[in-house]
Amino acid sequence: MEIIDILISASFWTAAIRIASPLIFAALGELICERAGVLNLGIEGIMVVGAFAGWMAVYLGGGLWLGVAVAMASGMLFGLLHGTLTVPFGLSQHVVGLGITLLATSLTYYCYRLALPEVTSPPKIEAFQPFEIPLLSDIPLVGPALFSQTPLTYLAFVLVIVVTVVLYRTPLGLALRAAGENPAAVEAQGLSVTAIRMGAVMVGSGLMAVGGAFLTMSAFNSFFFEMVNGRGWICIALVVFGSWRPGKTLLGAVLFAAFDALQIRVQQTSLGADIPYQIFLMAPYILSILALVIMSRRAQVPAALMVPFNKGER
Amino acid sequence: MRLEPVANPTLLRTVGLPALALFGTVVAASLLAMIAGAQPFSVLGLIVKGAFGSKFAALETLNRATPLIFTGLAVAVAFRAQLWNIGAEAQLYVGAVVTVVLGTGALAWPAFALLPTIAVAAMLAGAVVLLVPTFLKTRFGVDEVVTTLLLNFVVLLWVSMLLEGALKDPMGLGWPKSARLIAEARLPRMVEGLRLHWGFGLALISALVVWVIQRRTTLGYEMRAVGLNKEAARFAGIPVNTVLIKTALLSGGLAALAGFSEVAGLKGSLTLDISPGFGYTGIIVAMLALLNPLGVVVAALFVAGIFVGADSMSRAAGVPTYLADIMLALALLMMVLAIMLTKFRVRRD
Repeated sequence: MEIIDILISASFWTAAIRIASPLIFAALGELICERAGVLNLGIEGIMVVGAFAGWMAVYLGGGLWLGVAVAMASGMLFGLLHGTLTVPFGLSQHVVGLGITLLATSLTYYCYRLALPEVTSPPKIEAFQPFEIPLLSDIPLVGPALFSQTPLTYLAFVLVIVVTVVLYRTPLGLALRAAGENPAAVEAQGLSVTAIRMGAVMVGSGLMAVGGAFLTMSAFNSFFFEMVNGRGWICIALVVFGSWRPGKTLLGAVLFAAFDALQIRVQQTSLGADIPYQIFLMAPYILSILALVIMSRRAQVPAALMVPFNKGER
Repeated sequence: MRLEPVANPTLLRTVGLPALALFGTVVAASLLAMIAGAQPFSVLGLIVKGAFGSKFAALETLNRATPLIFTGLAVAVAFRAQLWNIGAEAQLYVGAVVTVVLGTGALAWPAFALLPTIAVAAMLAGAVVLLVPTFLKTRFGVDEVVTTLLLNFVVLLWVSMLLEGALKDPMGLGWPKSARLIAEARLPRMVEGLRLHWGFGLALISALVVWVIQRRTTLGYEMRAVGLNKEAARFAGIPVNTVLIKTALLSGGLAALAGFSEVAGLKGSLTLDISPGFGYTGIIVAMLALLNPLGVVVAALFVAGIFVGADSMSRAAGVPTYLADIMLALALLMMVLAIMLTKFRVRRD
């Protein structure tokens, strides 16, 4: 069976973890926003900004980690805009989010055209290289998949642990979750819901931008139009799939990525030759919708998600 | 800070703030054009001239506004009932596919019978596409924002598959393009000699019909009630899920008419690029119109003017066309903020 051969090959799992990495960053970012009570539909555009900003910083001579920092900062800037409009001003999170996606995407394309007016094939950068962790990377199957990835992938996995610990083991995490469940109670504790939500949206947007930067700095080594291609929307589905928990969201991202890696490989087998390639490309989106249907019955949506908080209002 | 309702907003407040938002958009766009090396205020003039400066330009703007009126109405109807249809793009393409399937010779009827049949069939197909996420919402509680967005990608890939398979033009030179519609399936021009098809007229009629439905019928009242407060509507005996499904039928159908009108009126055949995001732009049109169906017509003309004008400005001044999208995003964000500030004032605590 060709499919079984694919599933037990190390290159397949290496690819799956690589495909999952940008999704992990961005989905964690969305999770932080939503846990604080703000749906961030700017995710798709913020990933585009991050992809461009990080790549441009490196292209202009900055180091790779500086590129990551620039991407993060650019994402936080759009997070600041999103947060200002949705948190203190309480505007519709749907409308603002979609507006931010359009603004971020078109501003990025505008800057790209200004910076590189006459380019047909965008220049490549010296991107992050895989780093093999000694000993661990020699384990069969698991070694290549988990321990010979680029540093950004390791960072994504570390972040899942960090976010889990902060959310469930620190007063900050408690306050953040409470802001998404019962903001009035947070205010009664003398904490500012506005500050917590603003902070969450900014940090979350920063992570989304790093997710975008992964594409240009660790996967494709170059910036293309339409390169984010719905990954942001997938991440929103992943957060629901993961019931707003970091660990489960990670699991969802890896499952999704494994499926994506599988469809690319099946396309090249004899089975794939008979089926139009569009069916394979559709499958991840349909899978996401099905996952939403299955998970939504047990989903524990943050109670105050999408509910603006205006102090003094009952 | 906190927000406090304004009891009796002054005229200056209700008109001045939205005007300020539009002014801010123009200033920001001029600054961006300056960065690109253009004379800042020449850009605005070039956009207006490019959009309305000649008969050809104005007709082009009307043609561009046509699909935006349909998708804007689709979004306005849905958003009014708090049904977040972000999938007008998919519904548009499904309407276009139905138009091609029925209009390339499958039905050899005279135009007066064929055109209405195709239009109704397209509307039904578009309605079904939105019905799926709506059903998932009412039955399983799945958020329709994500499902309608994801369906856009699925439908676009499906159309791409059809254009390389079942619907591929056998005469086409390898391009993923459908056969041309038969003459009876083409929407005629509104005025002989002018490049403006009846899709525009249909769009205006649709806006009027939607306005009547919203203002003069029980369904319109129920849609508004569901949009304002689902629980209260349910308590008042309104069948909320039924109203949402009816809203979806109307919204999906309207978006599909955009596809019908583009294929039968403008292009004559289907390619994968008949919509440069009309479905998404419809959201901006609807928001700028404050979800008012007659306002949608005005907003669509404004948005179409920016797109057509920016195209010609871009050629004349060497500023990237993406400036048009930036202007729309800024106008949208500033407008929703301005509208809110007409009703609330900011208080420091």
